[in-house]
Amino acid sequence: MHFADNIDYPPLLARPVVFLPGLALLFELLRWWNIGATSIGRGLSDLLSLSTRSPSTENLIVAGLATLVVGLNLAVVLRLNLRWQVYIVWLEFAALLLVFFYSFNLSFEFIERKIGFLLRQGLVMTLYISVVSITIASVLALIGAIAKLSSNGIALGIANFYTSLFRGIPLLMQIYMIYLGLPQLGYVVNAVPAGIAALSLCYGAYMTEIFRAGIESIPKGQWEASRALGLKPSSTTLRIILPQAMRVIIPPTGNQFIAMLKDSSLVSVVGVWELMYLARTQGQTEFRHIEMMVTASMIYWLFSILLEFLQARIERYYGRAHAR
Amino acid sequence: MAGRMPADAPTDPAMLKLKRTPSGATAHSPSGTPAVDIRGLCKWFGAFKALDGIDLTIARGERLVICGPSGSGKSTLIRTINALEGFEQGQIRVDGIWLTREPKSVEAVRRRVGMVFQQFNLFPHLTVLENCALPLRLVRGLASGEAREQALHYLSKVCIPEQADKFASQLSGGQQQRVAIARALAMEPDIMLFDEPTSALDPEMVKEVLDTMVQLATEGMTMVVVTHEMGFARQVADRVIFMDRGCIIEQGKPSEFFDNPQNERSKLFLSQILY
Repeated sequence: MHFADNIDYPPLLARPVVFLPGLALLFELLRWWNIGATSIGRGLSDLLSLSTRSPSTENLIVAGLATLVVGLNLAVVLRLNLRWQVYIVWLEFAALLLVFFYSFNLSFEFIERKIGFLLRQGLVMTLYISVVSITIASVLALIGAIAKLSSNGIALGIANFYTSLFRGIPLLMQIYMIYLGLPQLGYVVNAVPAGIAALSLCYGAYMTEIFRAGIESIPKGQWEASRALGLKPSSTTLRIILPQAMRVIIPPTGNQFIAMLKDSSLVSVVGVWELMYLARTQGQTEFRHIEMMVTASMIYWLFSILLEFLQARIERYYGRAHAR
Repeated sequence: MAGRMPADAPTDPAMLKLKRTPSGATAHSPSGTPAVDIRGLCKWFGAFKALDGIDLTIARGERLVICGPSGSGKSTLIRTINALEGFEQGQIRVDGIWLTREPKSVEAVRRRVGMVFQQFNLFPHLTVLENCALPLRLVRGLASGEAREQALHYLSKVCIPEQADKFASQLSGGQQQRVAIARALAMEPDIMLFDEPTSALDPEMVKEVLDTMVQLATEGMTMVVVTHEMGFARQVADRVIFMDRGCIIEQGKPSEFFDNPQNERSKLFLSQILY
């Protein structure tokens, strides 16, 4: 826990006043949602050969069993240490997710046949668009933040207009405007550059605000010490202020990177063969939409997790001066 | 900061260039120009007049202590000397250089003036050594090996070369302030400004910082120190200045000022700080 106190409060779920009414509520909800009639419920009642009974008794028994399993599970997990609690919670939710996917009756043969193309073409294109856009967006954000903090009215005006416009218009619209609008001026843009331009401009605008807030979080004394030593404004910004601001900038920027990875799917509307576009089109021929959607989702998730790890590492690097 | 020129600043373009005295005295000239020369200095924060017609000449090698109640303008005064604060009226010359808002003027002044802050203001993302070496590389253009060497030299001067590779957060307050002094000294300034250097320290660490400053004083550095450390002032200062409400109320040798203050406000102040 962040700044843990030295009082051992009983965990919320372990208190009888929470635990027992909680289970009762869960039972009521499961019954109300008619869990006995779901595929999971029916599977369970087949297993216990309850099918002979009336649907309402069946529902009651399945709900009761599910509640019991949750209750026992909580009682066990609450006794473990923090690390194992986290592992087990992850495992259990992953299992639930798998059960959910399993209920779709997916054709794994179809997925196996298509996943190669999805990765070779779709994932590569998605990563290409994301990496290029993130890089350009970071540069735009840095320039935008410095402009927003400058005492030059023109720079300030441009930066204000830029962030206001590109944060205020839906990303989808920006993609259309660049891809379909620019040709009206005489500039014909291909789909991929148009997508990259829209993503860079949009995320650059959001990240401008993140960078600005990060720079503003550095106390005045750092600027003064740097100036008193005779550093030029550019040195002060790049060597003294920004490296310190990175500590504040990294977590929300990591957020933006993850969001960008998935928002790159919007580029599919102009026909770029990235992950989302292929996921939508590859399933069409054999009416296997769900297979492709689930596969693409899992690929997105996997790469988001990779970015999370990357973010944690960078955070540690910039926080090293503050570790004791 | 107000963008306008001080009313009676030199307007002749020739004077705006880093003008020195006619004799061409340099920073290290033994006599000639004073280290700092302030005439009729006024500064406002909005409607509040922080400095009200300050006249002050600081000689080369002089150790000047400035004291006064909080809000009297003593910090503001020394911060105008290296342009951390601007001013509206009056003029300042540092080593004979007119202090204006021109980049050349401010850069030249800051090159000659080192400063130590109450809150140390070490750069937390750099190690102790890098704190001292980075400005040498960026401002003085030293190669990184040379910069390290010079930084280490000044760190040993303040007796903490063994902490060179630690981060500031791993040092005690006294050590941090000594690093801040070393960082300023490494730039080899002619004048050192100290803005309440011991006010943020735990009591047992005040002495190590004052010892460093006393040592610096014996080496002939021009020092302007805002402090309430009366023992230090008595031992080291050539002159004590008492400020109140933006004015210099009284000045004199430390023995005269502390033992026999003339002004009512000085007497009141001294009676309040001595327990």
